[in-house]
Amino acid sequence: MQVPAPFEYERATSVDQAIGLLERLGSSARLVAGGHSLLPMMKLRLANFEYLIDINDLHGELGYIRLSDDEVRIGAMTRHRELLESDVLAGVFPIFRDAERVIADPVVRNRGTLGGSLCQADPSEDLSAVCTTLDASCVIRGPGGAERVVTMEEFHVGPYETAVADNEILTEIRLPRKSFKVGSAYAKVERRAGDWAVVSSGAAVWLDAGRIVDARVGLAAVGPNTTGIPEISAALRGHEPSEELYRLAGAIAARSCDPVTDTRGSADYKRHLADELTRRTLRTAVERARS
Amino acid sequence: MTDLQDSKLTEFEDNDQNPVGFGRMLRKEDARLLRGRGRFVDDVQLPGMLHLAILRSPFAHASIVSIDTSAAEASPGVKAVVTGETLKGLGLAWMPTLSNDVQAVLATDKVRFQGQEVAFVVAEDRYKARDALELIDVEYDVLEPVVDVRKSLAPDAPIIRTDLEGKADNHVFDWETGDEEETNRVFASADVVVKEDIVYPRVHPAPMETCGSVADFDPVEGRLRLWSTTQAPHAHRTLYAIVAGLPEHKIQVIAPDIGGGFGNKVPIYPGYVLSIVGSIVTGKPVKWMEDRSENLISTGFARDYIMRAEIAATREGKILAIRTNVLADHGAFNGTAAPVKYPAGFFGVFTGSYDIQAAHCKMTAVYTNKAPGGVAYACSFRITEAVYLVERIVDTLAYELQMDPAELRLKNFIQPDQFPYTTKTGWVYDSGNYEPTMRLAMEMAGYDELRKEQAEKRARGELMGIGIAFFTEAVGAGPRKNMDILGLGMADGCELRVHPTGKAVVRLSVKTQGQGHETTFAQIIAEELGIPPADIDVLHGDTDNTPFGLGTYGSRSTPVSGAAAALVARKVRDKARLIASAMLEVSVADLDWVKGAFQVKGDPGKSVTIQEIAFRAHGAGDLPDGVEGGLEAQICYNPSNLTYPHGAYICVVDIDPGTAEVKVRRFIAVDDCGTRINPMIIEGQVHGGLTDGVGMALMEMISFDEDGNCLGASLMDYLIPTALEVPDWETGYTVTPSPHHPIGAKGVGESATVGSPPAIVNAVVDALKPFGVRHADMPLTPSRVWDAMRGQATPPI
Ligand SMILES: Cc1cc2nc3c(=O)[nH]c(=O)nc-3n(C[C@H](O)[C@H](O)[C@H](O)COP(=O)(O)OP(=O)(O)OC[C@H]3O[C@@H](n4cnc5c(N)ncnc54)[C@H](O)[C@@H]3O)c2cc1C
Repeated sequence: MQVPAPFEYERATSVDQAIGLLERLGSSARLVAGGHSLLPMMKLRLANFEYLIDINDLHGELGYIRLSDDEVRIGAMTRHRELLESDVLAGVFPIFRDAERVIADPVVRNRGTLGGSLCQADPSEDLSAVCTTLDASCVIRGPGGAERVVTMEEFHVGPYETAVADNEILTEIRLPRKSFKVGSAYAKVERRAGDWAVVSSGAAVWLDAGRIVDARVGLAAVGPNTTGIPEISAALRGHEPSEELYRLAGAIAARSCDPVTDTRGSADYKRHLADELTRRTLRTAVERARS
Repeated sequence: MTDLQDSKLTEFEDNDQNPVGFGRMLRKEDARLLRGRGRFVDDVQLPGMLHLAILRSPFAHASIVSIDTSAAEASPGVKAVVTGETLKGLGLAWMPTLSNDVQAVLATDKVRFQGQEVAFVVAEDRYKARDALELIDVEYDVLEPVVDVRKSLAPDAPIIRTDLEGKADNHVFDWETGDEEETNRVFASADVVVKEDIVYPRVHPAPMETCGSVADFDPVEGRLRLWSTTQAPHAHRTLYAIVAGLPEHKIQVIAPDIGGGFGNKVPIYPGYVLSIVGSIVTGKPVKWMEDRSENLISTGFARDYIMRAEIAATREGKILAIRTNVLADHGAFNGTAAPVKYPAGFFGVFTGSYDIQAAHCKMTAVYTNKAPGGVAYACSFRITEAVYLVERIVDTLAYELQMDPAELRLKNFIQPDQFPYTTKTGWVYDSGNYEPTMRLAMEMAGYDELRKEQAEKRARGELMGIGIAFFTEAVGAGPRKNMDILGLGMADGCELRVHPTGKAVVRLSVKTQGQGHETTFAQIIAEELGIPPADIDVLHGDTDNTPFGLGTYGSRSTPVSGAAAALVARKVRDKARLIASAMLEVSVADLDWVKGAFQVKGDPGKSVTIQEIAFRAHGAGDLPDGVEGGLEAQICYNPSNLTYPHGAYICVVDIDPGTAEVKVRRFIAVDDCGTRINPMIIEGQVHGGLTDGVGMALMEMISFDEDGNCLGASLMDYLIPTALEVPDWETGYTVTPSPHHPIGAKGVGESATVGSPPAIVNAVVDALKPFGVRHADMPLTPSRVWDAMRGQATPPI
């Protein structure tokens, strides 16, 4: 058994109380949500924090999936498993179910949360790619109830770094809905079930009268952060979906990403996957938008 | 709660037949293990017990300049901090390895691999011990490491073993087998010669339970009790006696339930020794339990052979000769577990299942700045490497000859009338009948239809591969005339005692780590004596109440200890016959043995059961002249030869042409391990081994960066397969009994781990045939398969 260094532990009773604790304890404290990223790092002693503030009791407050006409709101404490099992969410954005099927394993999914995933900001993290694909915005709350809303691009500052300050909490993700037919999909290549992505790709396509009004692609594990690629969106908008168009998007994905060679695969292979998976997910997204 | 007894599940009905002897039955140990009643080393709690944590080297190669332990000693709850210097004073800084090399218990002069033991802390609990490690201040002078095994013998390579007097290179040993001249002659005149460089990467056994021990030294009695994760408790006890200078009769080694071994728990690790030192120093029981990372980076690895293989054949596909040149990476200390006369284990069986004219192998083993080991990781002493080599090179020959790989194998098999068959490297295969095994596998697979399907798919650009491996293993080490571990002969003792009421206890020298000994051995006794397995207790793992023997690894339990069990039961039966003759008042010659009872010839109504005999043996009344009371016997069995199980494996894979991901669609495994004691246990062993094979073929490898940092230090980095990577196994069997084993059984524990990697790799390479791929090395991760598809297959190291 790997054992962490000593730390103090407190269970938060409300979002504002948690923020109060963060405000007081500063950078020596960390929130623990599902704990599936934080605790392994602490057990390996790659990260040591003096205080852990457990926000699992806030699941009632921050665990939800709410659908309205113009957006989907998901609370930061919503667990992987809830995202996987939500028919409402799968009905609007099937990309979530696609992704959740290949994230970790049931044990991790039972505890791990949307908020924890995004805040961990691991470049290989799948839900960031999903949120990037869906043009999500992130609601961050700070002392005194102050709330700010940032885009995914603003949210990810760098690998393992986000716009959330030491005294703030990510409370909610908002996914815009547009009045067009929408399809979305996610694909991941992994060396083994439950492994982190070698590369994964999400795609979402909005169609009007058979033409693409908007399309977005989000990639994971091919750069310092999950990458949304505006050039792909620009290249696809206004066109009718076709294999040729997917090829073009794939080529842009391959050339726009910045993978490194590691034990998961060579940079060349990852570039190839960015291309291949972009094409695959766009194809599926379009099929889904049409049906 | 579902109760096992009430379950109407068909699998259980199938298994729960309660045979009095061989046959399917649920495992006796499972009730305990499945209900959380197992007792593992980490479950041992003793009054006043302290906890030990080990400080390990962050560098692959560095001199130790100084160690300051003062802050750690002052840390709360710390009872002792010990460095190599302290051990040196006690003469304990070095210990022998299983290959007659020495290994540092704690580093004194320098560290030689990342993860090497440098100091230890004993504290009140695991947390305090671990916290104190961070307070030990070690100053290192980093040295250039030897990471690439190919460069270890370069003239300018840094010398790793400066501790060995006069050592001026990183050479461990050279070894040779076969007839070089004759082999060269056959090669020179052959129609076809195929050559391939084949790497079997370094992998790790990665048992679920990591290694650990609890040492309890009683200073008054001078007695040491050691609970430890060991596959060989008796061998370990003798070695502790030799290393630590403790009298052997004052040492009790207890291997309680073991959570998987796979060879990882054969060696003696510094941690075990340190827990003993810790207990002696503090006067308290001391527990050491390594964590997952420690297990992966520092304990016995397996494989790590770079093999140049060559095969010579006629144009018609008659194999003439095989030769190979091997570079073996043994890490920083030669810790290979192998009989002394076999520094490369049983690699000599690389001639496979084929009747050939000549063979030769030359091997060089070297030191590198990596963890020591080279254990029998489900490989029966390097047979895994040997079988992989021959089954891969035979496939490259099929490729060059454009011949079906099944047909090529069938054409070259050793024929049934050639057994016992002496190979060109001197191994005497006891028995075999290869063609029916191969044909059965082909029939189960629907081989011809699969080839048809493949042709259609190829025409459509789809990638489907069919891989075959046919293996012969040499297991059950071994005859004491030429096999030993550090001078201890590889025989096994067995003691059987039948109680007055006819229940029995059998004591083994081997030790299960999950193989099901408590069931298999009860069934062997049951078969011989007719006592139901439920009435037979199987004791093992505790040196105080079991006979001496060398333990469980290399698939040796059934071939050696299983034979001992059958023979000791026959001894008891012989004595029972004498008592029965007195009870029935007939001569011994007039008795027939019908399982469980002696019957008067021609008068089945007159008989006595083994239970009745047992009571009489302990009861009042006279026994025949010269017969002592009681019903028990003991034996030490020295096998006359190894046993040679064989098997035919066929694997079907599909490869996604876009992502290069490999999916194992089907796997057919036909095993011949001679007499089958409990088919369910055999299938379980095969399922586990096949899964292991998927791991090695597709994902497992302990790799290092250029500084010698281990890149597989967690199970997120070192991948082992899950249920999702494996198909529904299709198993079958043939039975060719071993002629020299009392019940005709052969080992099977490692067959599937040995046989499956070549079948899977052959299938992947077959799928890639349209790209002109003849060979690609494991692990066949998507990235490496993609490289192969583009003609850029590279070795993994
Ligand atoms: C074996 C295993 C396999 C995995 N495989 C995958 C995979 O394939 N793909 C994948 O995407 N992920 C994978 N993960 C990661 C998993 O999804 C994590 O659970 C997730 O990344 C983190 O969520 P968590 O709730 O557990 O966060 P925690 O570990 O609790 O927290 C992570 C970080 O986020 C911070 N944090 C948490 N919530 C908030 C909040 N509301 N506001 C501000 N900061 C917050 C914490 O302080 C911490 O720094 C795997 C994990 C494991 C253990």
